Amino acid sequence: MTRAPAGGRIGRQRGGPSAAPKIPGAHAEPIEDTMETVERVERTEPEPVIALRAATATLGARPVLRGIDLTVHRGEVVALLGANGSGKSTAVRSVIGQVPLTGGSVALFGTELRRFRDWARVGYVPQRTTAAGGVPATVREVVSSGRLSRTKLGWPRRADRAAVDRAIELVGLADRAKDSVSALSGGQHQRVLIARALAAEPELLIMDEPMAGVDLASQGVLATTLREQVANGATVLLVLHELGPLEPLIDRAVVLRDGCVVHDGPPPEAVGQHALPGHDHVHPHAADEPLRTGLLT
Amino acid sequence: MEFLQFAFMQRALLAAVLVGVTAPAVGIYLVQRRQALMGDGIGHVAMTGVGLGFLLSTNPVWMATLVAVLGAIAMELIRSYGRTHGDIALALLFYGGMAGGVMLINLAPGGSNANLTSYLFGSLSTVSEGDIVSICLLAAFVVLVTLGLRRQLFAVSQDEEFARVTGLPVRALNLLVAVTAAVTVTVAMRVVGLLLVSALMVVPVAAAQQLARSFRATFVIAVLVGTGVTLAGTITSYYQDVPPGATIVLLAIAVFVLLTALAAPLARRRARAAAPPATEAQACDVAVPPAAAASGSSAGTGTDGDGVRV
Ligand SMILES: Nc1ncnc2c1ncn2[C@@H]1O[C@H](COP(=O)(O)OP(=O)(O)O)[C@@H](O)[C@H]1O
Ligand SMILES: [Mg+2]
Repeated sequence: MTRAPAGGRIGRQRGGPSAAPKIPGAHAEPIEDTMETVERVERTEPEPVIALRAATATLGARPVLRGIDLTVHRGEVVALLGANGSGKSTAVRSVIGQVPLTGGSVALFGTELRRFRDWARVGYVPQRTTAAGGVPATVREVVSSGRLSRTKLGWPRRADRAAVDRAIELVGLADRAKDSVSALSGGQHQRVLIARALAAEPELLIMDEPMAGVDLASQGVLATTLREQVANGATVLLVLHELGPLEPLIDRAVVLRDGCVVHDGPPPEAVGQHALPGHDHVHPHAADEPLRTGLLT
Repeated sequence: MEFLQFAFMQRALLAAVLVGVTAPAVGIYLVQRRQALMGDGIGHVAMTGVGLGFLLSTNPVWMATLVAVLGAIAMELIRSYGRTHGDIALALLFYGGMAGGVMLINLAPGGSNANLTSYLFGSLSTVSEGDIVSICLLAAFVVLVTLGLRRQLFAVSQDEEFARVTGLPVRALNLLVAVTAAVTVTVAMRVVGLLLVSALMVVPVAAAQQLARSFRATFVIAVLVGTGVTLAGTITSYYQDVPPGATIVLLAIAVFVLLTALAAPLARRRARAAAPPATEAQACDVAVPPAAAASGSSAGTGTDGDGVRV
């Protein structure tokens, strides 16, 4: 089997996210390969994709995470739910090393975060804040930067360009690839950010409120894209405000309140009125702010 | 084209072209990160370098480069660490650098504010052979970095957090941008002067943005505008007795105004061509209770709490 050079993991993404379902455990550590194939069959994995243990973090003087455990296994789709300010973004940002922990530990793919280098295996979709940088950039230019986790300081090759095109196609923006991102609607912009994360063909997707401020058409595209990723074996950690149209995909939900985990198990169906599908409440256009109402508020 | 016969004019034009290329090439990353005025700060700090150069009787260009690079690194560190008092720290750095320059140059034997003036506002006609060599070397470095690492620098300047999650050496790249900006300041110092350097980093980029939809096109147009105005300004100052630095900057601003005027109808046409299907642009057809409509009508658009549900 061919292996990617210098730590580049291959696995499922060889041949692209739209390729046939992956061969389980086809990644680059020979000794683990066989182990993992066996374990996968039994669905008990000693090496979770994300392992956040007893994590505490402070922002400013405020304790924002107060001892969180969050484990995501290979192939799982986990939703992180909670009110605004409950620490969801902080939790996922600590998983990818963007918030320093004051206590506890994080490991990705079994490697302690401090020593983790294999960033091409992780696709991150940040909570959307501002629409664009100070200079015009096309959809393709923004999505291409997602591929840097594979090309690093080198030049992109043909395979890299193809992966970028595929990612743009996956979110249905092929016809807008040459348009400036500032000309897009909020939902299309969110699709660009997701394509950017998919460009590296990651095994793990971490998305922070991908549905916030997204018009209905884009919500549909996003749900379809995510379904395909999951069908191809991706592991997903999703911060959501409410389960919404992604509900059928979700294996497990972790609910935060004031920086503590208050629920970890099947998606809560009865956490109150707000979680009901009829109460879905997403503005169709361009709400740049995360919504202020929803689950547990 | 008689001016090409003069060696000083050849040097001036070469220096002008190099500045026209390098200043926007770095400036685009500063504008992208919304640090458009960083070049100005570096220019202030570089004055201490010029003063030191005179005091120690070394080449002011190299001394200014050294001090500007140190200053730019300090600024980048202040930006990435300091939050609460970051701007105060920057102010201390800028004005300290400027005052230091004035002080040092007056301490230097035979130095006076007149010497400083040629660095503050540029002095193309006095660019020497040695200056040209330094300027060429420094410009080569700037071009190599800004073109060779454009994808990485684009990513870091567009979304720093995302860039970190791709595993790029973000801190090193940020420092590299700072160092490159500092080098550009000293390249441009003899042409437009330390006080106008920042204009040449920012204005061509701003002008290019009026036309461009992509980063690549912005880059290309900005460099063309930069080169065009530095050449035109230098030649103008040969025929008319006007200061080249100020001429160049005023020309750049004129190009900006011109392109902005041209771009407005262009953008309208583009918007119409790419008009989204009516669904996205249409006004609400949600039935609003009369009372709410009456109270909300003055506000125009709805806000988060206005009760519209989908
Ligand atoms: N940079 C920051 N400095 C200080 N406090 C912050 C910062 N970012 C977020 N917070 C606070 O941390 C808490 C958790 O924030 P966050 O993780 O973004 O919540 P969520 O994503 O669940 O809405 C909030 O109360 C917020 O005000
Ligand atoms: Mg959040």
